Amino acid sequence: MRFVDEFRNQKIAHKLSEKINKFHSEACFMEVCGTHTMTVARYALRRLLPENVKLLSGPGCPVCVTPEAQIDSVIELGNKGCIIATFGDMMKVPGSSLSLHQATDIDVRVVYSPMDALNIASTQEKDVVFFAVGFETTSPTVAATLMNAARLNLENFSVVCSHKLIPPAMRALLELGETNVNGFICPGHVSTIIGSRPYEFIPKDYGVGCVVAGFEPLDVLQSILMLTEQLKNGANVEIQYRRSVKEEGNPKALDILNKVFEPCDSEWRGIGMIPESGLKLRKGFQRFDALKRFNIKPKKAKGRTRGCICGDILRGVKSPEDCKLFGRVCTPETPVGACMVSSEGSCGIHYKYRSR
Amino acid sequence: MSLHQSVVEVVIEMCLGVPVRISKISGNLAEIEVEGVKREASIELLDNVRVGDFVILHAGFAIQKLDEKEAEKTLELLNKLR
Repeated sequence: MRFVDEFRNQKIAHKLSEKINKFHSEACFMEVCGTHTMTVARYALRRLLPENVKLLSGPGCPVCVTPEAQIDSVIELGNKGCIIATFGDMMKVPGSSLSLHQATDIDVRVVYSPMDALNIASTQEKDVVFFAVGFETTSPTVAATLMNAARLNLENFSVVCSHKLIPPAMRALLELGETNVNGFICPGHVSTIIGSRPYEFIPKDYGVGCVVAGFEPLDVLQSILMLTEQLKNGANVEIQYRRSVKEEGNPKALDILNKVFEPCDSEWRGIGMIPESGLKLRKGFQRFDALKRFNIKPKKAKGRTRGCICGDILRGVKSPEDCKLFGRVCTPETPVGACMVSSEGSCGIHYKYRSR
Repeated sequence: MSLHQSVVEVVIEMCLGVPVRISKISGNLAEIEVEGVKREASIELLDNVRVGDFVILHAGFAIQKLDEKEAEKTLELLNKLR
């Protein structure tokens, strides 16, 4: 595949590894994107790094950080007779008791695009609710879909807005100060939308470096090399993924996003409330808010399952192998926490690529 | 659809952001293709998209044009490593 295979070249991977191995200080780099977690695991990139360079995973899995109470609300909407349209990896995430998959009485359809959900609504009469989960890569696609719904005057389409924002979560982690992060591998497709400027507060306020990375192994390795160079030359925001990310991002997508949504305080499963880290519908689009339309009151979250340390894993404090339930009680077939279920969750990824 | 094509379809479905080529445009919709597999995507998040452009796809939408010059520059840099 063009623009993919060239970035998987093994010889160049080893050359990059050689250069990184010339860096001898202790360093801890965190990625905040499930797809980066996947690249690191699939290509066993940790083996190419020296012992002194550690990689941590942060809360880069939007499915993993969706609160149980929202899943419960979506099930409630299903019980009211709405067709629920959702991305595939939301299906098996447990709410406070059931997952969407386990709630057998409700009509749930897996979709690849929010436009698929819109099409289901426009071709029949039942109410369709789209479970809008995702970071800044996904929220503009939902915004565009809602603008289309408005244009079509669709009365039977609404969304449960569960979108979250990455830069405020990065700030929250830095404020928590639980890990000694020296640099961030910034998410490539979130940044394709938002650009590199939203990360400027990170070197400025915290002295921590940022490199916006692509998703192929050479992209991630080159980004790690750039972060080690920043540790020598000074923290900065740099773009490695220049073929997709511009400093200003995608202004048209941002404009559409801002017409439909605005920031709000948001609850992150495993982390707690982070100010201004979520999205809610603006006044002009509030008629598409499914919780309001069907009068659903979100319930208080139940206590956590004993032994589940998803929260610690999402904050980069522990890794999946530290969890007593990992691979024993908690597996992809019988997940306890969200991190095991999602294709972008650390535990699911570590389980899939274990003993590599 | 061959087995290979259905495997690639699954890869696209998993939102891995593989660059795909625009093969047809009709208003806000484009036909995209990669490895012989074709599907529909919205181009309403972009301006000035042309047939032959490579784009990054996410959840059924093109989110950015792949900058081929920048891709070449990055590859040149990587190939020059000693």
